[in-house]
Amino acid sequence: MFIKKYQRIGWLLAAVLLLSGQAAWAGSEAAPQTMHIMEGFLPLGWAVFWWVAAIPFWFIGFRQVRKVLADRPEQRLMLGLAGGFIFVLSALKIPSVTGSSSHPTGTGLGTLLFGPFIVTILGTIALIFQALLLAHGGISTLGANAMSMAIGGPLAAYYLVWRPLRGKVPTWLSVFATAAIANLFTYIITTTQLALAFPDPVSGLMGSWLTFAGIFAVTQIPLAIAEGILVVLIFNALQSSAPTEMKQLGLEGV
Amino acid sequence: MTTQSQSKRYSAGVYIIGIAAIILLAVIPLFIITDSEFGGADGLGAETVATLAPDYDSGWISNIWEPPGGETESALFALQAAIGGILIGYFFGYLRGKKANNRET
Repeated sequence: MFIKKYQRIGWLLAAVLLLSGQAAWAGSEAAPQTMHIMEGFLPLGWAVFWWVAAIPFWFIGFRQVRKVLADRPEQRLMLGLAGGFIFVLSALKIPSVTGSSSHPTGTGLGTLLFGPFIVTILGTIALIFQALLLAHGGISTLGANAMSMAIGGPLAAYYLVWRPLRGKVPTWLSVFATAAIANLFTYIITTTQLALAFPDPVSGLMGSWLTFAGIFAVTQIPLAIAEGILVVLIFNALQSSAPTEMKQLGLEGV
Repeated sequence: MTTQSQSKRYSAGVYIIGIAAIILLAVIPLFIITDSEFGGADGLGAETVATLAPDYDSGWISNIWEPPGGETESALFALQAAIGGILIGYFFGYLRGKKANNRET
């Protein structure tokens, strides 16, 4: 019984390892950049706009993280798990059917466990790491990229999917939908940000939006499905292997 | 195990099918599209910006530091994944240790 329980976690870890090996192989010849708006690719005005828009969310997120660390120190490990998941998944550049690569966001799991505001901080940490060390995204576009990956995706997934669906449909479906939407919505926001900054001279905002959507969203749909499946498996493994920790988060019986 | 009946565990078969689906989603593109290097989608985004606004100068700010080449970049991506992997592994290791401890006492 004891061995069996951990067998499943072993399978999951094996899958993550396989995926990362595979992504590294596919990524070896790929262009140096993937996803996120690159440094300089938003005009100053828009860069400032998205920074200002992101600040209130960071503020709330920061307070919530501090509250968890101070009041519920037993949840620190779960917080590390949620953050670690974002770090791993956003490092994996995975090939997609459109012939380009993109990466999952990993924000869905944290959103399910801690709600969207705490993920705001966890996701931004991953974005800062990538902007400073990998020239992947940038400081001027950090506000915009945080708005899409760390704020908008988790908020939409939590309030439009997880809260309405929780308990009303089978757990796997609500968990899958939450993770997949957190991922997809990130790219919808990125698309909108680029379309707003660069409307098509002929077809205007909508034409520009569709052009960018064609690039990001189509690449992203298979990855959103893959991320959804992975989060369903991890969520289930957590419910069975970490019932105490899940109970503390109010997630034992969903 | 009946004490944990409130959340039912999937059988190993469900896990295997789920993981196989994830791997297939990532591997199939490599076989159906053979003439691509699978460049980054935001590289394509940058090209589109150049088409839509040819006069736009993205050079008004540049990255503070850039990895000197693909090798260093791969290493840093691996570092990022490793940090995440350690955090995830630490959590599951903690669970395992806790269970083992409960069993002994």
